[in-house]
Amino acid sequence: MSAKNLIHTRIWREEPEPDNPFATSAAYCRGYDVFGEMVGQARWVEMLYLLFRSEALTVAQADLLEALAVAVANPGPRDASVHAAMCGGVGGSSAAASLIAALSVGAGRFRGAREIFDAMTAWDYCGTDMDAWDAYCHRDTQGDKVDTWPKREHAPGFDPHGISTATSVLQMLGTLARIGASPRLSWLVLQRRQLEKIVGLPLDICGVAAATFSDLGFNPNQGEMLYLLLRLPGAAAHALEQEDYGYKRFPFYPVELEDDPNIKVTP
Amino acid sequence: MKGPKFLAEQVGILRTKVGACWPGTRAVFRGHDLHQDLRNADWLELYLFGITGRRFTPQQVKLLHGIWVITSYPDARIWNNRVAALAGNSRSSPVLGVAAALAISEARIYGGGPGLRSIDFFQRAGQAVAAGQELRDFITQELKSCYIYGYGRPINSRDERLHWLAELAKEQGLDQGRYFNMAFEVEKILLGMGKPNLLMNYAGMISALGADLGLTPREFHIFLLPMFLAGMPPCWVEAAEKPEGALFPTPCNDIAYEGEATRSWRGRVF
Repeated sequence: MSAKNLIHTRIWREEPEPDNPFATSAAYCRGYDVFGEMVGQARWVEMLYLLFRSEALTVAQADLLEALAVAVANPGPRDASVHAAMCGGVGGSSAAASLIAALSVGAGRFRGAREIFDAMTAWDYCGTDMDAWDAYCHRDTQGDKVDTWPKREHAPGFDPHGISTATSVLQMLGTLARIGASPRLSWLVLQRRQLEKIVGLPLDICGVAAATFSDLGFNPNQGEMLYLLLRLPGAAAHALEQEDYGYKRFPFYPVELEDDPNIKVTP
Repeated sequence: MKGPKFLAEQVGILRTKVGACWPGTRAVFRGHDLHQDLRNADWLELYLFGITGRRFTPQQVKLLHGIWVITSYPDARIWNNRVAALAGNSRSSPVLGVAAALAISEARIYGGGPGLRSIDFFQRAGQAVAAGQELRDFITQELKSCYIYGYGRPINSRDERLHWLAELAKEQGLDQGRYFNMAFEVEKILLGMGKPNLLMNYAGMISALGADLGLTPREFHIFLLPMFLAGMPPCWVEAAEKPEGALFPTPCNDIAYEGEATRSWRGRVF
């Protein structure tokens, strides 16, 4: 094969079997022997981290990532991305379609992976400087360039419909900060009330997740990708469950049509 | 040849009959220069040519167009459209939302699945009848082994689309096909068997028309791919105009939990 048709990667290398160049004798992830050494010894989150970062993570980092993965594994059936996956389940759409639906709906700027990207970008920009957060959250976004994503409508990582910080969010923040003892999470524990006052909204789960990803050394693109991945288990389980329940037990809401040609009054 | 030798033959090259493009010069679409020969083609005509390699008459294209138009429902409650709408309301991108809604449309109880299985049913019924079997006997046999797709519908068994599509088929002179007539005959037989809920549905009528046009089940399946598409963008657009998170918000108490009672993780028994 010519050099221009080679696939370049720093992540993965495979050695072929002597009798078949398409069969794998050994596979190495970032240099570690996957089937010869990692399988059976490495934790799932260690593999996950290794794929995205070039070095293995510490035990404390692995504990933190695993705790985060548990926290976000199921956004629950009230979440839009899980609702979308359940729409696949009730109609008997394919498993992949249900997950595609969860990914697409869970990708956005409201409680989705793009909100993680935005929040991590904010962490990069503001760090633990309260004044910087104040400026970031209140900057004029009208002049922002047009993007494939809709415009940001609230400070990323915070709940635009929230009244006070939900107990679940506080528990998640407290536990992750204790496990990770990492800079952003620790600062967030101490400064949350002040930060929420500046933003005008309570912290949301995605805000804690974004701080965790940043503390683990992921960049916003990696955090966005991981958030998409880590929230899929719940979507998958709920999609399968709704397939069992069937469409007759799934909400099909009443409609109030505001532009009905049958009841239009002509002047 | 098979195994690694076969794979080695395929390394680093695309062998194709359907087309290719050479950026800066030209593009070929199934043996025709796309710009010189096909630039004025109707989009659906091109789409069908791409799927089948065959050309269709203007009347056939108009009928197939109608099949898409008549079922373009911008109702965000319908499961596939709901996905597009939820994407808009969650501030995801329109392409992600609509692509996911299209993927969801390939469902078992509506959309892609029934259409594919229904055209397969008609073609097998056609073969059985041509071989001398009574249609009623074939239907009885089918009912024993599986569900007959193309008849019966979730939510309401009466399909409001059929009258309009039948009229369009008549206008285009395409309502006398063997399978189109068979579709009504099957409905009559099912009613006679005491199955009043198994009225013909849209999948039944469109697959009969597709079979009359000579489409194979797989060609028909791919033709159906964008069938609901026109109804999806309005759902995304309106949901994107609503405040974020305001489409189908569900309070905690609207979840009817039917699982295990609350229990301790730390105290679990191994």
